[in-house]
Amino acid sequence: MKYILMMNGTKAHFSEYAKWSKKDMEANVAFMRAFSKQLKDEGVYVATEGLGWPDQAKLVRADKDGTPITDGVFPESKEFLAGYWIVDVESPEQAYKIAARASAAPGPGGASSNVPIEVRQVLGSHSDLGL
Amino acid sequence: MKYILLMSGTKAGVDTYVAWSKKDIDAHMTVLKCLNKELTESGEFVGTEGLARPDQAIVVRGQKAGMPITDGIFPEAKEFLLGYWIVDVKTRERAYEIASRISIAPGPGGVPTNMPIEVRQIVSLSAKS
Amino acid sequence: MTAQPSDPLIEPLLRRLTPQVLGIVVRRFRDFAAAEDAVQEASLAAATQWPLDGLPQNPRAWLTQVAFRRMTDHIRSESARRHRESQAALEMDQLTAAVDAARESDQDDTLILLFMCCHPALTPASAIALTLRAVGGLTTAEIAHAFLVPESTMAQRISRAKQSIKDSGIRFQLPTTEERAQRLRAVLHVLYLIFNEGYTTSAGPDLRRADLSHEAVRLTRIVHQLQPDDTEVAGLLALMLLTDARRQARTNDQGELIPLSQQDRSLWDRQQIAQGAAVLSAALPQGAVGPYQLQAAIAAVHDEAARAEDTDWPQILALYDLLKRMSDNPMVRLNHAIATAMVHGATKGLELLEALEDDVRVAEHHRLDATRAHLQELAGNLEAAVRHYRAAAAKTANLPERNYLLAQAARLSSKLRLSNVQE
Repeated sequence: MKYILMMNGTKAHFSEYAKWSKKDMEANVAFMRAFSKQLKDEGVYVATEGLGWPDQAKLVRADKDGTPITDGVFPESKEFLAGYWIVDVESPEQAYKIAARASAAPGPGGASSNVPIEVRQVLGSHSDLGL
Repeated sequence: MKYILLMSGTKAGVDTYVAWSKKDIDAHMTVLKCLNKELTESGEFVGTEGLARPDQAIVVRGQKAGMPITDGIFPEAKEFLLGYWIVDVKTRERAYEIASRISIAPGPGGVPTNMPIEVRQIVSLSAKS
Repeated sequence: MTAQPSDPLIEPLLRRLTPQVLGIVVRRFRDFAAAEDAVQEASLAAATQWPLDGLPQNPRAWLTQVAFRRMTDHIRSESARRHRESQAALEMDQLTAAVDAARESDQDDTLILLFMCCHPALTPASAIALTLRAVGGLTTAEIAHAFLVPESTMAQRISRAKQSIKDSGIRFQLPTTEERAQRLRAVLHVLYLIFNEGYTTSAGPDLRRADLSHEAVRLTRIVHQLQPDDTEVAGLLALMLLTDARRQARTNDQGELIPLSQQDRSLWDRQQIAQGAAVLSAALPQGAVGPYQLQAAIAAVHDEAARAEDTDWPQILALYDLLKRMSDNPMVRLNHAIATAMVHGATKGLELLEALEDDVRVAEHHRLDATRAHLQELAGNLEAAVRHYRAAAAKTANLPERNYLLAQAARLSSKLRLSNVQE
């Protein structure tokens, strides 16, 4: 069963992150790299991506003739996807355990950031016997 | 350059979608399938995924005694990710163009849904996976 | 990028020989994990060289020799770290042994390999991956593609599975008589999972995944040949044949699911149905009737109906009654409820479903909603049916199934609108 583990943040969260010390940022990046590698070693890794910061984000709608209309204005409260992992595991509980590990990514001063990770199942064409 | 095109919705929005007629659902899916085929042929298609509804979603925050702490509450009005496309394109404008194709896909009665598609650049940390 | 054999004869030959060669190598060197790697390398070498050089006179000896050489390299690099040895002598010795071993009796270690790969200590995903590799002879890339994970992930999964086997000290031998029944059940379960993985995939761009079903059938056939007296093995083989026979009718060219009651039965493979029925008929009289045989019998009753309306539902209900007593699986109870509805009316079926609401295993599962929707439709309660179809659609993670459920909701919804208009 494939699950996506998503890390979200508001613009304020991203601004906070930008203020971290270089050391703290490097520790966080190192954690992410090591975490992905662990998932690969465990044979559950499917994909991971980090996304560009929300100041670059655009909402696109189609004009009547299909021309893209872009808009860069978002509500303050909007949560932006910062990055995700996709894992292939045998149960939702296994996915939550992996998410808990991701949540422990280090923040300022090296303490666990305890960032919330949203876990959703990825739709597919494979068997859904459930039991 | 890789971009991710995010399609989001609310519970109300999804409840409306599942009530579309079969003809409208088919028409919508056909347009999107066509787009995927084109993007595959042009070499721009990297991937697409649909996500299960957030009734199925859990938010995990840290651990207590080794067990994940979970919270399954999703506010009614909250926007959640329905799915995404990842495309590999030469310019940001091309990414917008593709997003626009998704946005113009037809809804009930053949009228374009005009859904807003969020476009973000992918800046992967990982060594090429 | 792994080399693909261009000759259509080579691939099935390699698949057939892989477990045989693996058995030989494991017997000689006693290291399953390293042996599996060595055989995999030999197989890849064959896939590259045989199309160019032609088939060797004794393909099995060729593979064994190459695998032995790889094992020797492996041992050499291991022993170089530990102590010195006469490497030339070692190599010569092993190569001669390889040729001898390949000529030895046709002792088929496939069954032992299956028992190992499906050991209950392994997770289902690991057992499936390892079985497809070591016994099925599929490449890591092929297995990765079938399960839609990166090749490196699948390689890791297989590697860890082999390590688990090493760590648990599982011996390369048949299980004891006491363990045999349970271990065989584990093997059958893995094969059943592989079959379902291939069968429930929609047709279309993922045609490769249909090969998984055929692979499951092939491996189950081998087990059946090796254990001809085991009726549950026969039952599983029959079930697979009788189910796979319907594959062409199961989806249309848009990849949409078509339920049994609406399938174009002229697309069913009658020859395969006959085969499945024959395997089942041979097994049933032997008396040890188990769940797979019962499921096969149910499939056979469906398959022998020329039209949906000719289906012998009372017989199916009787079979589900038996199956229900034998296995406490909630999915069985769902199907039992449907069969009850077909014989005693939708209301009776719905009553049975109510009892299932308390079963946590199934209460949140989309099949309960889907079944309820189906029966509500039969009962003529269209609004309730629409609600449950939509609820089921929201819960399933299977895209073709979701689209099917939404389509049903849409169909009934428009029926409702029409009937409302007519009032």
